[in-house]
Amino acid sequence: MSQIHVSTTINGDPVEYLCEPDETLLDVLRDRLGLTGSKEGCGSGDCGACSVTVDGRLVCSCLMLGAEADGKQVGTIEGLAEGENLHPLQRKFLEHAALQCGVCTPGFLVAAKSLLERNSDPTETEVRYWLAGNLCRCTGYDKIVRAVLDTAHDMKGA
Amino acid sequence: MLDKPKDAVLDREFKVVGSRPVRPDGVDKVTGRAKFGADVSAPGMLIGKVLRSPHPHARIHSIDIHAALAVPGVKAIVTRDDFAENKKHKDVLCNIMARDKALYEGHAVAAIAATTGAIARKALKLIKIDYDILPHVTDVDEAMADDAPILHDTMITRGVDPAPEKPSNVAQRFDFGHGDVEDGFAKADVIIERSFKTEAAHQGYIEPHACLASVTEDGHGELWCCTQGHYAVRDVCASLLGMEVSKLRVTASEIGGGFGGKTTVFLEPLALMMSRKTGRPIKMVMDRDEVFRASGPTASTSSWVKVGATKDGKITAASAEFRYQGGAFKGSPVQFGAMCAFACYALENVKTVGFDVVTNRPKQAAYRAPGAPMAAFAVESVIEELAIKLGIDPVEFRLKNAAAEGDTSSYGPKFPRIGLVETLEAAKAHEHYSAPLGPNQGRGIGSGYWFNFGGATSVSLNVHPDGTVALVVGTPDIGGSRASMNLMAAEELGIPYDKVNTIVADTASLGFNETSHGSRVTFASGLATIEAARNAKNECCARAAMIWEIEPDAVTWEDGCAKPAGANAGNFEPMTLADIAKIAEKTGGPISGHFEKNPAGAGASFATHMVDVEVDPDTGRVEILRFTVIQDAGKAIHPSYVEGQFQGGAVQGVGWALNEEYIYGADGKMQNPGFLDYRIPVCSDLPMIDTVIVEVPNPGHPYGVRGVGETGIVPPMAAIANAISAAAGVRMTELPMSPPKVLKAIDDANGSA
Repeated sequence: MSQIHVSTTINGDPVEYLCEPDETLLDVLRDRLGLTGSKEGCGSGDCGACSVTVDGRLVCSCLMLGAEADGKQVGTIEGLAEGENLHPLQRKFLEHAALQCGVCTPGFLVAAKSLLERNSDPTETEVRYWLAGNLCRCTGYDKIVRAVLDTAHDMKGA
Repeated sequence: MLDKPKDAVLDREFKVVGSRPVRPDGVDKVTGRAKFGADVSAPGMLIGKVLRSPHPHARIHSIDIHAALAVPGVKAIVTRDDFAENKKHKDVLCNIMARDKALYEGHAVAAIAATTGAIARKALKLIKIDYDILPHVTDVDEAMADDAPILHDTMITRGVDPAPEKPSNVAQRFDFGHGDVEDGFAKADVIIERSFKTEAAHQGYIEPHACLASVTEDGHGELWCCTQGHYAVRDVCASLLGMEVSKLRVTASEIGGGFGGKTTVFLEPLALMMSRKTGRPIKMVMDRDEVFRASGPTASTSSWVKVGATKDGKITAASAEFRYQGGAFKGSPVQFGAMCAFACYALENVKTVGFDVVTNRPKQAAYRAPGAPMAAFAVESVIEELAIKLGIDPVEFRLKNAAAEGDTSSYGPKFPRIGLVETLEAAKAHEHYSAPLGPNQGRGIGSGYWFNFGGATSVSLNVHPDGTVALVVGTPDIGGSRASMNLMAAEELGIPYDKVNTIVADTASLGFNETSHGSRVTFASGLATIEAARNAKNECCARAAMIWEIEPDAVTWEDGCAKPAGANAGNFEPMTLADIAKIAEKTGGPISGHFEKNPAGAGASFATHMVDVEVDPDTGRVEILRFTVIQDAGKAIHPSYVEGQFQGGAVQGVGWALNEEYIYGADGKMQNPGFLDYRIPVCSDLPMIDTVIVEVPNPGHPYGVRGVGETGIVPPMAAIANAISAAAGVRMTELPMSPPKVLKAIDDANGSA
């Protein structure tokens, strides 16, 4: 089968690529576009390490085909910071030591940003359930939850 | 808070140690820049995939690769025929590529390198293997039975006198203890005796194993991989490939979790061999189901524990037998389990026996305090039950029997300064300990011990011309250790934290560094960092002495400056590190400090955990309501990452206690090799995890550090079992304590009532 031509937008920039019909969006991002910030932890949508947004919706990029991104707006971890300014969530993750190995961190940040866009003042329980699709094996989640709550608190005050 | 211990080592006032700065690798990790195992590529790279045995136990008669090799795009295939026998790493070799037999489902039998992953996968299906399927065994007790299928017909149990005549699945027997347990039990007023089972858990690191290997035509190799120990990877791979060590340079990628599971090799020798055959770089990445089936989970266990005590709460004797299966090869962590089992207690009469058993499961790898958590689950369950039966508060009971400095440990050596009592006192004093509980809720306690480890370590510290510092270590950073190294170097040199930049160097840049395991990095690389900084300071003082034209011992280092040691030394303006570094070329050349050592005195770490649960009597579901971790860190260099180790260990323990298990069918195949069915704790399962850092300085480290990485996973399973017992009145003796098992226990208890 021949490759599919895709025109899409990634982190605000127009992008074109050819991909196999059965190639996941995650593989396209990582292997064709060099955007290796999204990670493959399971390939089955269970760990959330490959989290991206597609037209503003949080998805596991390992469960979506690269071909399906045609005409969409894709957001990845590489688009979280603006220029030299880290996103407030990125700063809070660093301040709270909300990462140990850091391999799940991009997925958590993309997911947490998506939460705060929908709910700027989440409760601890809301944070925990929203992030339940992202696995972290190092931290026990404590510092991640605190970092997200603290970001929401600061952004509200701003 | 606890009073500060009086030990001399803590009289030191720290300037930056104990603060919580942002880690040096942090920005790379929150922006997606950090390069993990699978994040690199090379021009001309091929993709490698592994064919794995579908059978748990089968003799391999023949492997026909012709059809697969003919597929366009396939460049190389390796099988057992490509690797020469290797006496030193016999089991590792047999594990990375099956030889005469496939010993577990998932055992590698061939690997293919092709231009794309899709082609490699397609070609795997064309490899024809003639298997003779053999009977299999996956349960530890069944594997010890007389009629069990035998994995290795050369396995004669060691540690038994006289040696058995026939082979078995028992690789070795271990014995530890002292005193006379029969005599001790005769003096007991109350004795509790129970049997326990635990299932295998996987370390569950989110990053699957990955590597990129390149071997040139003249035999030089480069390897990039996610590992806890690139020096060990280098030495094993060089041996398996018949390379000189100096011709293989290994670089450790950022590592996406290890917990002991990335201390050995799986893909790396295959990738190197295929690169040698093709002259092209080979990238290999495991799928998640391969990680479960074919990397190294921990052991499953079966055990028996008996403890007796007098009415006033003194333990008179303790005895236990532990049977651990470590997969298809010898080396389960039963020895450590048997050694750690009663380490929390000062005992006159104690005996532990361990059996290292092989089964048709993947070869176990280390998992956080290997062997200790399963033993602690059994022992601490019995200790709590005994305390309750005696009507003594469980913390008081532990305090009455707690091991302290000078006590002979249950496995032999005398304890130096240790902090178990301090963790128990902190538990008793904690508000959590007396907080009210509601219906169906209960509180449990568990204590735990891990040895900690030193190991060969080599560090270099280079002072740059502008007075900033490059610290070069050889221990992969698995949880923020670069921040701790920065802190210790900055403290010792008297310069700000952000003037130090720590890197993890490749294997050509430093002498051998033992793997990042055994909770050793902050202790051993930390100690070496401090000593390297001291050597650099001495050199700086010598340079200042040269400039001032005074004797080197007339110069001292204070607040980041070389100063005359006293009025007699002369009157000179202090020189900062930057002042000295700037003109180093004129005073003798670049300034560096080095340190190499295999340090003893790692300093054991003890912990006490306190957990509240609620048990749903209708479903058997256990909810963790509150969890407090109290652990001795000796000295917390970066408290946030110490807390992180406590919290992470505790939550891995929660998973092991409540959900995680390798489920085998009668066919000997793992039934749940994915995160959906092998369920590690998720965010919504948990409360915040409270921490109390106890600091009883370790006399073996210049700043008092004890490693903290492993002990945190030792107490949780028992603490949770004890909490369930308090909440629901049932004593759980098998892990995981999943809803069906807890419900059955409740129903059985109600039925018999």
